[in-house]
Amino acid sequence: MIRQKYLLPDGRVLRYSFHERLVHWMAGFSYLYLLLSGLAFWSPWLFWIAIVLGGGTVARELHPWFGLVFAIAVLLMYGMWGKQMRETPADKRWWESIRYYIRNEDDKMPAADRFNPGQKLLFWGFLVNGMLLLLTGLVLWFPQYIPWSLRVLRLISIFLHPVCALFTIALFIIHVYMGTAMERGAFGSVIRGDVSRAWANHHHHSWFQQVLREEGATVGSQPNRAPAGPQSATGK
Amino acid sequence: MSQAATEIVRISGHAGSVPGAGLNREYTVCKLVDTTTCIGCKACEVACLEWNGYTFTETSFDNSYQTMPETAWNYWNLIKFNEYERDDGSLMLLMRKDQCMHCADPGCLAACPSDAAIVQYANGIVDFQEAHCIGCGYCLTGCPFNIPKFSPTARKVFKCTLCNDRVSQGLEPACIKTCPTGCLHFGTKAEMKELAETRAKQLRENSGYRDAGVYDPSGVGGTHVIYVLHDAKNPEAYGGLPRNPRVPLMVRLWKHPLKWIGNLGMIAGVLGVFVHYLRFGPKAVKDDRPQGDTR
Repeated sequence: MIRQKYLLPDGRVLRYSFHERLVHWMAGFSYLYLLLSGLAFWSPWLFWIAIVLGGGTVARELHPWFGLVFAIAVLLMYGMWGKQMRETPADKRWWESIRYYIRNEDDKMPAADRFNPGQKLLFWGFLVNGMLLLLTGLVLWFPQYIPWSLRVLRLISIFLHPVCALFTIALFIIHVYMGTAMERGAFGSVIRGDVSRAWANHHHHSWFQQVLREEGATVGSQPNRAPAGPQSATGK
Repeated sequence: MSQAATEIVRISGHAGSVPGAGLNREYTVCKLVDTTTCIGCKACEVACLEWNGYTFTETSFDNSYQTMPETAWNYWNLIKFNEYERDDGSLMLLMRKDQCMHCADPGCLAACPSDAAIVQYANGIVDFQEAHCIGCGYCLTGCPFNIPKFSPTARKVFKCTLCNDRVSQGLEPACIKTCPTGCLHFGTKAEMKELAETRAKQLRENSGYRDAGVYDPSGVGGTHVIYVLHDAKNPEAYGGLPRNPRVPLMVRLWKHPLKWIGNLGMIAGVLGVFVHYLRFGPKAVKDDRPQGDTR
């Protein structure tokens, strides 16, 4: 008997495991703190955020530690998603039809796998920028230990750190918008972990079809589970 | 400025001219360090510690008379010694009093993100307000002279204040007060510049230092600590005095183009997704039962 990993009772599909959700929110909450405290240091007009976060000194002390948490979360994500995030030849077609995706004309889009190319961009964008933020952040954490002769490291870091942060902010705005307002059900998937079959089929058709192929065979063998798979589509 | 109250512009019912009318007062202050008359006695180092309430810390020996390699958070004034071999093979023992230069265009201030942690006064003094310092250390990167130093105990940054507390009371800085050779002078920027140029001219014409000159780097808008050097063409020989210091390009790029590009980008991003939602709304998921949803 094949263990049903993704197909849940009541027509639900497991989109993200507990481990995946935990790591996502480890990154999510640490990023939120980094974003807010970082914006406070970015502009005098936003320095009030540092006051709200307990004062500039506290924010400056904590920002690097949250940065470490975030970097670890991003590396854990690389461990669990790195393979699934690899670019496939089909991705090019997806990007070529991106305008339909933006206009919500999803029926004109090529079928997406577990992660669509946009999500892959988000992942690699956060991974690359996250690692650059970690390296430059370590320099900015302890500028007093970077000798004067290696001052160029501090100069590069002080510029590159906000540049990378801005790239992640661009990704973050789109990610939060799509995960909450634009794709209903996506936010629930990263909280409770499950989505409806229709959602899975609509947004990640290739992945869902694969899940059905692999797990649909068990239909009927477990009466407590909802029937699944194309073969059961007509009968109930 | 408090002194402005002593300047009379008009007097009522007064016969004749107004006393002091047309007098032009300059409030800027400037410290002149004449490296050609410094004997390296380090009295200024001691006076600085005494006035600012620091005790002597451990010194380090590196085959030189220099107290330590560079200024420290609690050691703001350091004579830098350099045995310099001239082109003709003769040796010179160069001594330069290193401290904050009090730039007219301070890189520390440009880089600082904390409200009111660094203040530039009208007299030219650039002073750190440690109560507002968050200890980020950006000023360490902004400074072209390697002056601000991070205190691991206070977790804040400290540097020479040009004895702002003394100067504001009409006194000269502690280092000036104590200098036994008169190589340190204190006055307005114009006075000190004139004195320095006179001394440099004297060195050029009477002492054989053909390249003697004044160090008042224009890259940082001029400084409120200026030097007379035997060889103004080679400031690096004086314990690494930068030839053409300026606020680092990376700090400028970060604070000017990047900040505005970033701000516009972030606003555009938030507005963009909002407008997208108004125009296109959420993605509708078709109820496609044939694909397996049997609810």
